[in-house]
Amino acid sequence: MHRIGVFVCHCGSNIAATVDVERVSNALAHEPGVVHSVNYQYMCSENGQQLIKNAIKEHNLSGIVVCSCSPRMHEATFRKTAEAAGLNPYMVEIANIREQCSWIHKDVEEATEKAIVLARTAVAKLTLNKPLVAGETGVTKRALVIGGGIAGIQAALDIADAGYEVDIVEKNPTIGGRMAQLDKTFPTLDCSACILTPKMVDCAQHEKINIYSYSEVDKVKGFVGNFKVTIKKKARYVDETKCTGCGVCMTNCPSKKGLNSFNMDLNTRPAIYIPFAQAIPNVAVIDPEQCIKLKSGKCGLCSMKCGANAIDYKQQDSFVEREYGAIVVATGFKPISLENFNEYGYADNKDVITSLELERLMNAAGPSKGTLVRPSDGEHPHVITFIQCVGSRDVSGCGKPYCSKICCMYTAKHAMLIREKYPDTQVNVFYIDVRTPGKNYDEFYRRAVEQYGVNYIKGMVGKVYNENGKLMVQGSNLIDNEQVTIASDLVVLATAIEPDPSVKDLATKLTISIDTNNFLTEAHAKLKPVECATAGVYLAGVCQGPKDIPETVAQASAAASKVIGLLAKDKLKGNPCVAHANEMTCTGCSQCAEVCPYGAITYENKEFRIGGGKTEKRRVASVNPAVCQGCGACTVTCPSGAMDLHGFSSAQILKEVEAICKR
Amino acid sequence: MNNDMQLKSLIEMSATDVRKCMKCGKCSGRCPAFKEMDIKPHQFVTLLGQGKVEKLLASKAIWNCLSCLACVERCPRGVAPANVIEAVRTTVARMQGGDGITAEEIPAEVNEMIPQQLLVSAFRKYKK
Repeated sequence: MHRIGVFVCHCGSNIAATVDVERVSNALAHEPGVVHSVNYQYMCSENGQQLIKNAIKEHNLSGIVVCSCSPRMHEATFRKTAEAAGLNPYMVEIANIREQCSWIHKDVEEATEKAIVLARTAVAKLTLNKPLVAGETGVTKRALVIGGGIAGIQAALDIADAGYEVDIVEKNPTIGGRMAQLDKTFPTLDCSACILTPKMVDCAQHEKINIYSYSEVDKVKGFVGNFKVTIKKKARYVDETKCTGCGVCMTNCPSKKGLNSFNMDLNTRPAIYIPFAQAIPNVAVIDPEQCIKLKSGKCGLCSMKCGANAIDYKQQDSFVEREYGAIVVATGFKPISLENFNEYGYADNKDVITSLELERLMNAAGPSKGTLVRPSDGEHPHVITFIQCVGSRDVSGCGKPYCSKICCMYTAKHAMLIREKYPDTQVNVFYIDVRTPGKNYDEFYRRAVEQYGVNYIKGMVGKVYNENGKLMVQGSNLIDNEQVTIASDLVVLATAIEPDPSVKDLATKLTISIDTNNFLTEAHAKLKPVECATAGVYLAGVCQGPKDIPETVAQASAAASKVIGLLAKDKLKGNPCVAHANEMTCTGCSQCAEVCPYGAITYENKEFRIGGGKTEKRRVASVNPAVCQGCGACTVTCPSGAMDLHGFSSAQILKEVEAICKR
Repeated sequence: MNNDMQLKSLIEMSATDVRKCMKCGKCSGRCPAFKEMDIKPHQFVTLLGQGKVEKLLASKAIWNCLSCLACVERCPRGVAPANVIEAVRTTVARMQGGDGITAEEIPAEVNEMIPQQLLVSAFRKYKK
């Protein structure tokens, strides 16, 4: 005999303004099985929860339906409430009358009617609920950090400092990421290398941190607390354990014309190279596309000159499988391609450069040793014009619809640094809006204008063209309602940033969601900013959204604290809403195992009695409840209906449909 | 036609959402006829958004606009300033008597690279 309690929440005016909550609770009081039905202003508040607990005891309730917000918001809250009052937490159903009702309807009559139907549906499902008990699994006390930029480095150091092992997987030959390419950092103008390289060294020397450089995540299996990850170590043709980083190979390599990607292709590097002097690990790598020995079999100079005997032309990609309790994704960003923006002449003029290229040109370790020169002729530019929002805030399809967030600040930085070092240079900035929220940020930008006399022009550039060796920048000056043309020596494009392309493939491997701009989606925009919908996976840095270094570091530390909290547990409570096979109807067809993304289904040959004292052996599916994540793929695939999900059985779903259809 | 109806008609004829404009000025930054225009391309968009019909209809710039559609091509927000200009031009031509151009006078597609709007607007401007 069911004794169901219904609790209708007003959510202040969020629900009550559009749904007649009184009518909902009154209507539900007459549903079969319902013995108690009330409404209250804030059901999730302490008073609201107390009201539920009291009712469970007073009316000896067998299950409860809470009509409130999305179960993603408060299902866990109300399950705890029920448990505290002695009820099995899986005897709780949520009717979402906020996101799926009050927020999307205007008409009170219609919304109320819908709320009643949703509540009835939850009651109908609840009549078939069974108490469920979650199993427990162990936790592998090791974390994986994917991406070795500042986000990955910060997360790894924090986790390792708490006493847990961390592996960093970095696709490039060195950790350091984009920050290693920068010259100075806003708003304090510290030298990027001076604050980053010590952290890189800390990573290398930390006894709990292990760096897989020039490596990629190949496969991911398992679940929170128990991930099994295959890491692909790309062949670098140099034995990491022997190479001392002396650089003799680089000076002797005869194939010197590879584009130096660390310097944004502004100069060249040999086929065997160490990306930059402070690289971690300080180990050379051979570019197989460029190496004469690997391409034609002739040469071998580096091997002959190497005192450590570290060169190995026969090296192959290798794979390691490691287990982890938690994963941090920190894959970073790249500037967008400018092929859709011919108007700025980037492809046709060497002296039209991106801001990241300017960073390398201004960096003491860059191709011009920190002297700002024009890439075309090596001359010092006297008029430099910056163009903001190149590809950002663009909904035409050419660029990205979002604001890249970091450009206003780095352009103010560039403008200031140039005016400081070369006071004879005129610096112009075409902008749409200057966006500088943040501690000491607007002051920083105003310093560029007031102290350094940078010429900010409100308006966008329409075209850049070459006239007698000068770059003519034609754009709007909206304040004066004029069209201006500035003859410039160097044009710098504040290019939009986008997530590193590797993130798409990774999102599939980790089953984490990704938005239309390829940013990874956090579990809750406000309250779960570093968590994913997939338990045990956390986000840090630009892979989640555009952000600068201070924000990235803060988010990385936040992700680390979540990982530490997880690894500190010895046991994790599983999800009891998992699949199970009915052995009587299972035909052993294997279709469920094929669709299972978690590898939770195996088969066994079992003996069954078939009457007359006889038995027969049949192949039947068996689900490992510790591995199953309850996604339901097997239940919809099973042709014989033998697979079912605890808590979401086919019978329960049909009962819901019935309740919706009933008038 | 009163002001409200005129405005409604201009919005309809423009067939572009002026509220998408983020006032970046890229249209006017690119416009080759900018210097000759009394009202600039970005102002056409803004004035329509503000409902300033009289000012729009009094503009001389409609006869300077080349209908080259560079403003449309370059707009990062998918707004079409040239559409607004063409709407004003058509309206003024009709107010001056007739349509200024009949459907039969408009040639079929001459070259797929030449926007039809350019031909139509050329007829409006130079038809004797």
